Amino acid sequence: MLTIENLHAEVDGKAILKGIDLDVKAGEIHAIMGPNGSGKSTLSSLIAGNEDYQVTQGEMLLKGKDLSDLDAEERAHEGIFLSFQYPVEIPGVSVTNFIKTAINANRKAKGLEDMPASELLKKIREKAKLLDIDSKFLSRSLNEGFSGGEKKRNEIFQMAMLEPSLSILDETDSGLDIDALKIVANGVNKLKNKTNATIVITHYQRLLDYIVPDFVHVLFDGKIVKSGTKELAHELEAKGYDWIKELASHGI
Amino acid sequence: MEFKEKLLSSHLAFEEDLDLNDSVHKTRASALKVFEDKGFPSKKEEAWKYTSLEALIQKDYALFPKSESSIDVNDVKKYFLYDTDTYKVIFIDGVYSPFLSNTTHDGLDVCLMSAALSKPKYRKLIDTYFNKIAPQGDSMTALNTSYAKEGAYIYIPKSVVAEKPIEIIHFSSGNENALWLQPRNLIVVDENAQVQIIERHQSLKEHPVVTNCVTEIYVHQNAFLDYYKLQNDLPSASLIDGTFIVQEKNSHASVHTFSLGGKLIRNNLRYFHKGEHAMSTLKGVTILHKKQHVDHATLVHHAQPNCESHQDYKGIFAERSEGVFNGQILVDKIAQKTNAFQQNNNILLDDKATVNTKPQLEIFADDVKCSHGCTIGQLDEEALFYLRSRGIPKKEAKALLTYAFANNVLESVQLPSLKKRINGQIAKKLGVNLGFEL
Repeated sequence: MLTIENLHAEVDGKAILKGIDLDVKAGEIHAIMGPNGSGKSTLSSLIAGNEDYQVTQGEMLLKGKDLSDLDAEERAHEGIFLSFQYPVEIPGVSVTNFIKTAINANRKAKGLEDMPASELLKKIREKAKLLDIDSKFLSRSLNEGFSGGEKKRNEIFQMAMLEPSLSILDETDSGLDIDALKIVANGVNKLKNKTNATIVITHYQRLLDYIVPDFVHVLFDGKIVKSGTKELAHELEAKGYDWIKELASHGI
Repeated sequence: MEFKEKLLSSHLAFEEDLDLNDSVHKTRASALKVFEDKGFPSKKEEAWKYTSLEALIQKDYALFPKSESSIDVNDVKKYFLYDTDTYKVIFIDGVYSPFLSNTTHDGLDVCLMSAALSKPKYRKLIDTYFNKIAPQGDSMTALNTSYAKEGAYIYIPKSVVAEKPIEIIHFSSGNENALWLQPRNLIVVDENAQVQIIERHQSLKEHPVVTNCVTEIYVHQNAFLDYYKLQNDLPSASLIDGTFIVQEKNSHASVHTFSLGGKLIRNNLRYFHKGEHAMSTLKGVTILHKKQHVDHATLVHHAQPNCESHQDYKGIFAERSEGVFNGQILVDKIAQKTNAFQQNNNILLDDKATVNTKPQLEIFADDVKCSHGCTIGQLDEEALFYLRSRGIPKKEAKALLTYAFANNVLESVQLPSLKKRINGQIAKKLGVNLGFEL
């Protein structure tokens, strides 16, 4: 699904990623953990096509296709979805209208007609139910005045509607209470299938109790310093990140 | 001959059919003197620092249309907010069009300034209000007053709620090579009365037209005025507008100005509070491209205690367009407990677009709440990335953010069909079809 080879990136001349290798196959869930400032959000933004960061070396391939020449919207059309840590508020545009615009923009890119209104409404109802979203919520302005939990739930709702092949969840657990966390995690698990893949970016192990990863990678100072299975997440929880810093300083 | 000279010398011809001993005409004559002394405003004056009329007045304009122009209703229908269900006062090249209009004297007066200025039954109101609200020393206003003859006259009597909105539309047919129009409107909303008014100036063909318009509005105790200015004219048309409002106790006067088209627009919008607990709302959305220029000069004069004013102007400027916002708030010593808020936010979409924004607060009372904020920025890159990451192309994403930026102003529009119309025009202006109606 996603292959990243020796990826180096910088922002304003400052190196953030210093050689990332990652291979995510269809049907897999990968967790990327690491302390603040290790480059987790940079990596997710880069995959999604944020132009604030410059790739200086290495490459990213989605289903064998080089991502470097694709704009953010083109990557979305290819099936990449990023659930934002801080979703943006769009006053005056309802959740429904926003999702309709996004879906039809993706269909248009594939040469398809707009989704018929009845089909769209049916799909909205179905996915809203999955995430325990009230219909009143759907007519509110996108993210405006939403609580932290509502914003994150809305991100996963968009993911459910757009049905991406690769989803990246950037700190989706931050700002969520345990009930909201369970709903969000349940939604993600139900959307998982053999043909899509998920990258979960998180600081804490907590989310991984609910979204169980196949692989865990630890990012530190722009590099993946350790990879393993879900047990690695528990080890990190128990020992903290100092242990990783120690590892890194000894050149692993 | 300079255009100023033409305006002065043509006044004799204008006077031919008028009663020169009438008090209204004395007002015109003294206003002409003011214009003669002051002339057109120049960029040397602080209030006109960023807007030059120089290029406009280099041209020659017809002051009186040579012949009456008739236009086909089907050609202009699209400029009406509603086909029916509004009162309409419509002018073509400055001349009243009885065919397109729908005036009334049934319970309220929606009619012509020319009638109000000449018929005895309106005399008392004219003596009380005509040229009593507009500032006397302003040269463009004085120029308008000196030629004041035609426009809309609206009187809403005590406790009358106008059931239908009133549309005031000035068409220019393009049959004159270049035309200078000077409509004069008077609106009096008596105690407890309510009215909604929509005003627009529209050229039907590309041709130079300058409209120097003055509207005087008196809003009595407990009355409500809801006024919308639609400025979406052709690129050959310019507008210099003076709207002057006096508010009595507990009244609410709201003016929304949507500036989307035209060559040069100057909006002088001034409020004066004559009674306590008056509420003033001034809102605007300006979206410009090419070399369009729009200048909003607002003044809210808090001259009584316990009054409120809210100003919110949003500007979006593309290509080489220019925006100016000069917001003056004056709080007299007596005007304690004033709440005055002012907000002007601007987005520059291109490097060559410019904005000059200047809040000007002069506060002489000590127990007041006044705030102002102006920003000039670009579209939020993070927000743009968010939308694009959902597969929405850059152009549509920019349009959505622009719309969201202006939404505060749009959502306070009280007429649903007007709101829909403006949203549609904004989408058109932004060059997008979003798949849903904004």
